[in-house]
Amino acid sequence: MAIVKASADSEAGKMPSEELLGAMGAFNEEMVKAGVMLAGEGLQPSSKGARVSFGGSGERTVIDGPFTETKELIAGYWLLQVRSLEEAVEWMKRCPNPHEEPGEIEIRQVFEADDFGEELTPELREQEARLRAEAGQNQ
Amino acid sequence: MPDTVLDARRAIDAVWRIESARLIAALARMSGDVGVAEDLAQDALLAALEQWPRSGVPENPGAWLMATAKNRAIDRLRHNEMAARKEEELGHEVELRARLAEDEPAEAASDEIDDDLLSLIFTACHPVLATEARVALTLRLVGSLSTAEIARAFLAKESTVAQRIVRAKRSLAEARVPIEVPGPAEREQRLASVLEVIYAIFNEGYAASGGEEWVRADLCEEAMRLGRVLVGLAPREPEALGLTALMELQAARFPARTGPGGEAIPLPEQDRSRWDFVLIGRGLKALERAEALRRPLGPYALQAAIAACHARARTPEQTDWERIVALYDALDAISGSPVVRLNRAVAVGMAFGPAAGLELLNGLAEEPALRGYRLLPAARGELLERLGRVEEAALEFSRAAALSGNAREREVLEARAEGRR
Repeated sequence: MAIVKASADSEAGKMPSEELLGAMGAFNEEMVKAGVMLAGEGLQPSSKGARVSFGGSGERTVIDGPFTETKELIAGYWLLQVRSLEEAVEWMKRCPNPHEEPGEIEIRQVFEADDFGEELTPELREQEARLRAEAGQNQ
Repeated sequence: MPDTVLDARRAIDAVWRIESARLIAALARMSGDVGVAEDLAQDALLAALEQWPRSGVPENPGAWLMATAKNRAIDRLRHNEMAARKEEELGHEVELRARLAEDEPAEAASDEIDDDLLSLIFTACHPVLATEARVALTLRLVGSLSTAEIARAFLAKESTVAQRIVRAKRSLAEARVPIEVPGPAEREQRLASVLEVIYAIFNEGYAASGGEEWVRADLCEEAMRLGRVLVGLAPREPEALGLTALMELQAARFPARTGPGGEAIPLPEQDRSRWDFVLIGRGLKALERAEALRRPLGPYALQAAIAACHARARTPEQTDWERIVALYDALDAISGSPVVRLNRAVAVGMAFGPAAGLELLNGLAEEPALRGYRLLPAARGELLERLGRVEEAALEFSRAAALSGNAREREVLEARAEGRR
């Protein structure tokens, strides 16, 4: 997942310039054509959002936006199918700066079913290791 | 801060993965030969591996690689002038020289790039090559997988795959396959060949995705990616959309497909909350686009539509079995496959009751193509059990177990034969 961080403008609900919209559109299209873009959305300013806060002893509080730490807020995201962190980085390097000021895109790896490890019993892991070894011997 | 060598290598690999297919495609158009194209692209990669760790990855890596490949081509041509060459290779070089001399803009127009890539895909999937060869060549030229990665994915020897690719390139050259997008007369057949290759890659990964090595499971992702690329290049082809929809809808179920012991969990018993709803959304949308093209649905789109029926059902009970039967009707009309008829009978059993389904299965009893096919007696067993004809059901499950080549599946079928689930 590639997370676009917010800016003062995005928090103010200010629309990006025509030029930036065009550049973003072209960039999105590149990712779609490469078959790597699974999903992507822009998020409205935090003034339209809310937070649910967990106290740690079961209590929950609701806090309405806007929130102040602009740089840490999220303005949008993409869900990408790529084979490595480096590939996601390389794509995001090609992204036009989403804001008219310095900004940031954070990249995080999504957990997949395999990552939870419950799919593989010790027997299966052993079998898999053996398969790998056999395949390795065939080289 | 300068990258460490390993970081640089990984960054370059990532750039290669993004850029190489289009680079090879452009070079293939210029040289008329995929082998030459790949050699030149590899030359450019070597140059990148030499220089980028020091100078950093350039602003526009694609353009850098293209310019470098062209320079290398010129070097090669100069060098080859001094050696005796076969007439054919000279022919390619004359063409290449002419293309290089043309004032090619640094960035080709988007349409041209798309055409190049589409041509490369059609070429790599040319029917003159055996399926295995097409698969390997496509994964290499379009998927940017290394020979080692392809070999690991198919549990083959690296040398076998390497030879397969070399021979495939030679076959294409010998058959003088032109590197171009096929004309309307050939289009349907050639497209079918491409779709077959992509689905073969998917099925290879699918068979492996039950908790096995990620390299093989990743084949499904690569197949889906290739499907999306094809859709991007040929957006008005309903079967390209249909195939992509089918793959995404099937892949959506993977997280629910395997139990903790590695056993396959059949569709009616899967925990649907584990399905990948991003993929389901994508698959349904792709199917919608295929249907919106207002042409009769082909086999991939029909199979996708069936998968969509399952995807839309929050619980097995909500499955629109009647619609599935209708879709199998349409599929049967196109394919005439006994397996399709078997699946249709199972759907009829769900939609209209086990007796109706059983009657259809009885009609398939003598079908030669289904002779060793364990799913036929298994389906009969299922329906007989639902009708309360327990002893006959047990007989069919035993028959199915005997036909099964998979120990775990056999156990499950034998248990059913003994009345256990």
